[in-house]
Amino acid sequence: MSQIFHRTTNIYSRLSILAAIVLAATLGGGVALLHLSGYNTNQNMYVEQPLQFSHAHHVGGEGIDCRYCHTSVEESAFANIPPTKTCMNCHSQLWTNAPILEPVRASFRDNKPLRWTRVHDLPDFVYFNHSIHVRKGVGCATCHGRVDKMPLMYQQANLQMNWCVNCHRNPAPNLRPRDQVYNMAWERPANDPGLGERLLKEYNIAGPGQLTSCSTCHR
Amino acid sequence: MNSTSIKSRLAGSHGRVYWRSLGELADTPEFREYLHREFPEQASEWNDPKGRRQFLKLMSASLALAGVGACTKQPTEEIVPYVRQPEDLVPGRPLFFASAIPFSGVAHPVLVESHMGHPTKIEGNPEHQASLGATDTFTQAAILGLYDPDRAGAITNRGEIKPWGLFLSAMLSAGSQQKGRQGGGLRFLSGPITSPSMAEVMASVLAAFPQAKWHQYDPMSSDGARAAALAEGAVGDPIYHFDKADVVVTLDADFLTCGPGSVRYQKDFATQRRITEERKEMSRLYAIESTPTLTGAKADHRLAMKASEIEGFGRQLAGAVGAPAPAGPSARATDPASVIGKWVAAISKDLQAHRGRSLVIAGDYQPASVHTLARSINQALGNVGSTVTYGPSVEAGPTDHAASLADLVRAMDAGQVEVLVMLGGLNPVYSAPVDLKFADKLKKVNLSVYHGLYVDETAFLCHWNVPDAHPLESWGDARSFDGTVTITQPLIAPLYDGHSAVEVLTTFTSQPDRRGNAILKDHWTRAFAGGPWTIRSADGQPFKNFDAFWRRALHDGFIRGTAIADGGPATPLSVMPAVPAAGAPAPTTQQAATPPVTPPPATTTPPQSAAAGAQGGLELIFRPDPTVWDGRFSNNGWLQELPKPLTKVTWDATAWVNPQLARERGLEDGDVIELRYRGNTARMPIFRVPGHPQQSVTVFFGYGRQKAGNVGNAPKNAEAFNAFLLRTSDAPWFGNGLEIAKTGERYPLAATQEHHVMEGRAPVRVATLEEYRKDPKIIEEQGETPPRTLTMYPEYKYEGYKWGMAIDIGSCTGCSACTIACVAENNIPIVGKEEVAMGREMHWIRVDHYFAGTEDDNTVEAYHQPVPCMQCENAPCELVCPVAATTHSSEGLNDMVYNRCVGTRYCSNNCPYKVRRFNFLLYQDWDTQSLYPMRNPDVSVRSRGVMEKCTYCVQRINQARIDAKREDRAIRDGEVLTACQQVCPSDAIVFGNLNDPNSQVSKLKLQERNYGVLETLNTRPRTTYLAVLRNPNPELEPASRSTTEH
Repeated sequence: MSQIFHRTTNIYSRLSILAAIVLAATLGGGVALLHLSGYNTNQNMYVEQPLQFSHAHHVGGEGIDCRYCHTSVEESAFANIPPTKTCMNCHSQLWTNAPILEPVRASFRDNKPLRWTRVHDLPDFVYFNHSIHVRKGVGCATCHGRVDKMPLMYQQANLQMNWCVNCHRNPAPNLRPRDQVYNMAWERPANDPGLGERLLKEYNIAGPGQLTSCSTCHR
Repeated sequence: MNSTSIKSRLAGSHGRVYWRSLGELADTPEFREYLHREFPEQASEWNDPKGRRQFLKLMSASLALAGVGACTKQPTEEIVPYVRQPEDLVPGRPLFFASAIPFSGVAHPVLVESHMGHPTKIEGNPEHQASLGATDTFTQAAILGLYDPDRAGAITNRGEIKPWGLFLSAMLSAGSQQKGRQGGGLRFLSGPITSPSMAEVMASVLAAFPQAKWHQYDPMSSDGARAAALAEGAVGDPIYHFDKADVVVTLDADFLTCGPGSVRYQKDFATQRRITEERKEMSRLYAIESTPTLTGAKADHRLAMKASEIEGFGRQLAGAVGAPAPAGPSARATDPASVIGKWVAAISKDLQAHRGRSLVIAGDYQPASVHTLARSINQALGNVGSTVTYGPSVEAGPTDHAASLADLVRAMDAGQVEVLVMLGGLNPVYSAPVDLKFADKLKKVNLSVYHGLYVDETAFLCHWNVPDAHPLESWGDARSFDGTVTITQPLIAPLYDGHSAVEVLTTFTSQPDRRGNAILKDHWTRAFAGGPWTIRSADGQPFKNFDAFWRRALHDGFIRGTAIADGGPATPLSVMPAVPAAGAPAPTTQQAATPPVTPPPATTTPPQSAAAGAQGGLELIFRPDPTVWDGRFSNNGWLQELPKPLTKVTWDATAWVNPQLARERGLEDGDVIELRYRGNTARMPIFRVPGHPQQSVTVFFGYGRQKAGNVGNAPKNAEAFNAFLLRTSDAPWFGNGLEIAKTGERYPLAATQEHHVMEGRAPVRVATLEEYRKDPKIIEEQGETPPRTLTMYPEYKYEGYKWGMAIDIGSCTGCSACTIACVAENNIPIVGKEEVAMGREMHWIRVDHYFAGTEDDNTVEAYHQPVPCMQCENAPCELVCPVAATTHSSEGLNDMVYNRCVGTRYCSNNCPYKVRRFNFLLYQDWDTQSLYPMRNPDVSVRSRGVMEKCTYCVQRINQARIDAKREDRAIRDGEVLTACQQVCPSDAIVFGNLNDPNSQVSKLKLQERNYGVLETLNTRPRTTYLAVLRNPNPELEPASRSTTEH
């Protein structure tokens, strides 16, 4: 019985195998890129807010401490978004007629809360706690970036689990002295390479065993 | 099943046999098949006859869908901050408020956890003597009652929604019409009132309408106990002190699970029976009872007899200890050689050997004569003042409820009742004795007002419906069983425009439309200025001013010094004087302005005697249902799905019969019988209960509801499963003359007793105190522990904490409060009866019951074993998960990661303890908005297709660890309480750090009665048990029943 296919068709079969591999890799890579892209993670994405609040102006320009508004950052899992009253502490005196502040005044007048859109939004099965990170010397800017230079707030890190776990496995490079936690401009001193390791001991930070146990963040 | 197979099985076994159901005991083929399915009826669901091809199609489709399902983008979420943030509120952290949940008028003191204004969890108030941090199941489940979407939503008049203002004006005009007649046509019906402020409002209403009458009715209240107490005058109500009792005898009293004091009683009773390194003695409990109860299950000796024979037994006992027995029907003639004679002799000897340290308790469902007997025996034994104290009633104007309701119905029938106001969700149309025909008589009332949480059977027949405010939504006060005035404060504004009972009642006073806060504060302002109470701060000093007192009372949740033991008075049914103007002297007499008050109706019916009712036939015994009570919790899914103690039946009422009676009548579990009793009939599926008296049938109230709500309404074929259809006013709790007939119908029951069985590997270990003293190794010898080296895996090392739990099954009473607490804490869904029948209940901690003895043996012993996850050291589940969704944490927990779980269920298959639960369907209610704020925000809400299990309340561990680290210290022993541990009234569950040799749990694990379940499998469970020790009286313990024969 003669061959059904001529010898020359071998090249097609080889090429099609190769093409299948390339196609699968491209598709896979494409999905991975999409998954890690800002489209999915919201990294570096600006978000529409009820009013265009500028951290750059309030933190960078006026030098207001993070904790003036984010009051519960040292006690609670949630750092707190300030009540309208906090805005009105100043804006009942300053820029009292500025059109941009009308939503704030309306909120205070009508007793209706402002409805902000969440920028840093972890999935509901992740239980992040601000207070312990702040206490252990993780600076605000480490995760949130240079907020003092952001006219509009955006999410600087991609907040994927990989990003969390990298630090939980090896926290030392991301530690700073407690008194520098709220300092946006703090930089790791070049002349003190052992600082992270020293703080790790001094702040009695748990080893990777505890920090990477599933139930530390998921429950 | 037949008894021959049981007997031959018992004869062929070595050592003691423990069994969970009669099916297991007889080892029937049905039971075998049931056992060998991992999930009953489930495994073969997808086993399509088309076979492999179908399987592959399904697999590929589900794989593809699973991939697509993961491709959703996270939805955008909002943050909505306050406009003005309340003081003391830290967003993300809960606040706790002391309050009370009243049950039949009596306060159960609680601490309520509130997340951003949503109450989410109820705990006991640890500083309150009636709670000491624990609660019962009903109080735990009250949080679901608050958010129940079926609650009455609006004020209605003949079905039309009306505003509060219109209701108010309707009541004002009704009141002014009645005014001319001195209130002759005005009647109020409520449950017992212990609230001093409400009693005062009631007194002022009765003063304004001298001819009006206040009737009291609680279908489950004990008229027998009340009549006996009233006969003694001002100091008739007993309070028991189990912490001082070495010998306890119950005459049909289920003091561990029924009654307002049960939480505290459980605690004291457990303490008195716990053997530790320091404590070598334990108390002894004799239970004489007419139906199996959890108290009887804890007894060292339990004697079953007909309810009508209890009085005779009590009289004989009184005679034997030399107590004067009041005249009454003569005791059943018994010679000393008979069983009863032997028991009386042994018990009386034991009682007399413990004079002043013994206690005899009469049951709530026994007539007054038995209560009088118990009191007489206690007096003769010198127990009064030590193990029992008698004091004034905490109820304002205590009265005979049956007589009071009958009085009302007579007046309704005679057309004398023009305005009837029913307060507090009583639902007499469903629960009144059937001979009163309450529903018919209600139609003769011109204006009927119904106030309750639900639009129930009674509400449907009333003109006005006013939604009640839940205790978590309203201001008020009530007294706990020990008399302490306990404050109820709202955690949330009324969700459904509810008004509390006292707010409705004020519409008949000269100051209508006052809110609960004003009424309460005004009452206590005057009480502080001068009243019957002695108000003192914790250090015994008087408060400087009212504000200091009030802030302290609200903070503590109760008013110190108001307990009966501290000299607190009976709850006054009188009006206190107004606060004197500044500088004016306080009135010298406390009752200066007391108006004439209509005395409560006198006890018209003679004390119910045991001989009441027709003779012949079987004896019928009524009991409140252990989970839905008299139907007031019918619409509470948590309580409906909670397996009922001893039978483990969920969602249904059953009629209990002795297995022998069932055999005689050819009845099996689930056979529907017709009960004919005094001309009334009801139907009910039967359940065979070993240890039940032979010639009695026990039926439970609370089922057959028609207007309970979506959860509680009876299905069509179960509408007649209503014990109230049989209850008549002359025999509220038991009576003779019952006929039962097999209907031939079968009714499917969802009982969890045979779910998750451990195949006869003796999970409970038992010894008598004497045996244990002689040889403490006796517990260890009942099992086998393989050497630690018998594993291929390296040992885990724990540098920080190493969590562990010890459960004392000797203390556990089987009350199942832990299960409800776990449900509330961990957002566990209810699954419904059909799913329970398939073995898919989701409870993370179950309470297993094991029985010893034979089915015909009336002294059947029962043991309770709460089973959470064992958090094994060598965990079988961890090894088989293909996606590492269950892993070993650095502190020893078997973590379960929901977001990683793909639902293979290998872990559950490999778990020898059967503590893993799988969401076969979307059990969690994601559609009902009103349930959202109820959920614990610290625990994931699981979806379909995910395995879940006990985590040792890891959310609490994490919070405590973070708090401790922020303060640079270690977690203190007792800082983390798991939900089950916190609620446990008998302190049976202890959790803590095993790396700390001084922790309570480490010490317990060093005890020689500590053992692990199924240790032979080398799982090295981290949850271990402390064996049961029994303290039998050698005179009554049959020689053949020694515990171990190795």
